[in-house]
Amino acid sequence: MNWPAITLSLRLALTVAALLLIVGTPIAYWVTFSRWRWKFLAEAVVALPLVLPPTVLGFYVLVAIGPRSPFGRWYESWSGHGLPFTFEGLVLASVIYSLPFAVQPTAAAFALVDPSLINASAILGASRWRTFHRVILPLSAGGVMTGVILSFAHTLGEFGVVLMVGGNIPGATQTISIAVFDQVQDLDFVAANHTALLLLAFSFVTLSVTYALNRRIWAVWPMHR
Amino acid sequence: MIPAEAAGLDVRIRKRFATGFALEAEFHAGPGFTILFGPSGSGKTTLLECVAGLQTPNAGRVALGPRVLFDSERNISVPVRERAIGYLFQSLALFPHLTVAENVAYGLAHRPADERRARVKEILESFRVAHLVARKPGAISGGERQRVALARSVVTDPALLLLDEPLSALDAIVKSKIIDDLRAWNASRNIPIVYVTHSPAEAFALGERIIVLESGGVLAQGSPQEVLAAPRHETVAQLAGFENIFDATVTAILEDHGTMRCRLGSSALELEVPLLWTEPGSVTRVAIRAGDILVATTRPEGISARNTFQGRLISLERRGVTVIATVDAGVRFEVHLTPSAIQSLRLEAGQQVWLIVKTYSCHLVAG
Repeated sequence: MNWPAITLSLRLALTVAALLLIVGTPIAYWVTFSRWRWKFLAEAVVALPLVLPPTVLGFYVLVAIGPRSPFGRWYESWSGHGLPFTFEGLVLASVIYSLPFAVQPTAAAFALVDPSLINASAILGASRWRTFHRVILPLSAGGVMTGVILSFAHTLGEFGVVLMVGGNIPGATQTISIAVFDQVQDLDFVAANHTALLLLAFSFVTLSVTYALNRRIWAVWPMHR
Repeated sequence: MIPAEAAGLDVRIRKRFATGFALEAEFHAGPGFTILFGPSGSGKTTLLECVAGLQTPNAGRVALGPRVLFDSERNISVPVRERAIGYLFQSLALFPHLTVAENVAYGLAHRPADERRARVKEILESFRVAHLVARKPGAISGGERQRVALARSVVTDPALLLLDEPLSALDAIVKSKIIDDLRAWNASRNIPIVYVTHSPAEAFALGERIIVLESGGVLAQGSPQEVLAAPRHETVAQLAGFENIFDATVTAILEDHGTMRCRLGSSALELEVPLLWTEPGSVTRVAIRAGDILVATTRPEGISARNTFQGRLISLERRGVTVIATVDAGVRFEVHLTPSAIQSLRLEAGQQVWLIVKTYSCHLVAG
């Protein structure tokens, strides 16, 4: 069993899920409640990773973080090393790649919160922030949780973007999915099967837990649709 | 904290919607209950939302005594959370994930914890729901939810209370008890309470002052008596309890009598009604109170009333101390009688009766 690849994948997926909780939640809030007329453009950008081939996305991320881009240069002078083919680069690419998986369930849950509850909160003198963390967030906990778990699972299973941005450096950027690819290339089907089966089982358990959890969350708040 | 002389609400706003609906309203609501009455779609909720700041009018001014909440000319629009208004939503909008106590304490966030506890306890007691503190809204009855929502909207000591058909789902007894508690609460404060309803009965029961709204405009305002004295409009007529409202076509002008004849609906029945400066063939509406119609078993003679006509008694239905009779005279009339009148006339469904309607009991209303 390729333990370095497994721990790397888990570390990557956990980091990305945590970052997406922080980044994705405000984006979901904005997507749900903004009245900006060009909002649909931003929505399209957020959803782009759903339809884009991972190679295309990976290619642009690679260019954007490479030493020739302003961002890449800034990062290198700030941290002392480049982003491509590092764990940090992988995290950045995965955050972008899994963004819709975090934003969409969260935004859907926000949109389901009864607007009169939000109005009532404002009438009772609450600021937007207080309304958000006392009313909107608790009533959307199921959706936020779904977003976290889906971005975790999606990052765990990604292949194309990782290959483009991280390459295949054991211990540094070689994730489970790439390890499986490697093992198949080496015609080591037994090892590939073990790794693949592990990922399959883990993904299935994660998704089952998500759906089971969601059902329970709805039952706790019967008044919430 | 609470002003001894509570300030009145002054509203003059215009709000247009992309759908073409326009709200244009001007009214004053002094301390105590003001009823905002109108059919659904007349703009009642929009009006409340404009006052609360949940919607922004296109133009106008909203002021609570000296405090200006909105003024399009001076570019003032106080944010909702700073308006210090109590608002009871039609849906109640209780936070389903918070307990009754947490819901009521929600608006007291910036007060010290012990003051908060004391106020929550006190207000829950005055609205008789103190025993529910630890429950969630999903686990209490409809009437209790209304009381909790009401407690939540007044616990912050608002300078104005807006109630959007809050009690429409409740039966009359529960409703009147809640209203009594609200009156008791307001006795010492005397803030304006604007109460929205589409129920005439509720408007009458509560109203110190009624504002009648239809299609986005104020039709009439004043005391119930003032508003109802001259019901020139169908909405007001319904409010006043005109059970009989008929489409009518003017058939003849009797200028020297000061009356005109109108044919009701598509029937052959004609009534003599007060003269309105109009022409034969024009269409109007005639409203008659069910209690203003007399019933006779024989043809009445020597009577001043201009309208006597025959009809068949279709049904008699006793409701409380009133018997509601339905009479078919080409068009159907609802007539209210006392049980003793039914007895002494020996009225029974199926028999022929005469109806008597004075000219001045026929009110012409705009459609």
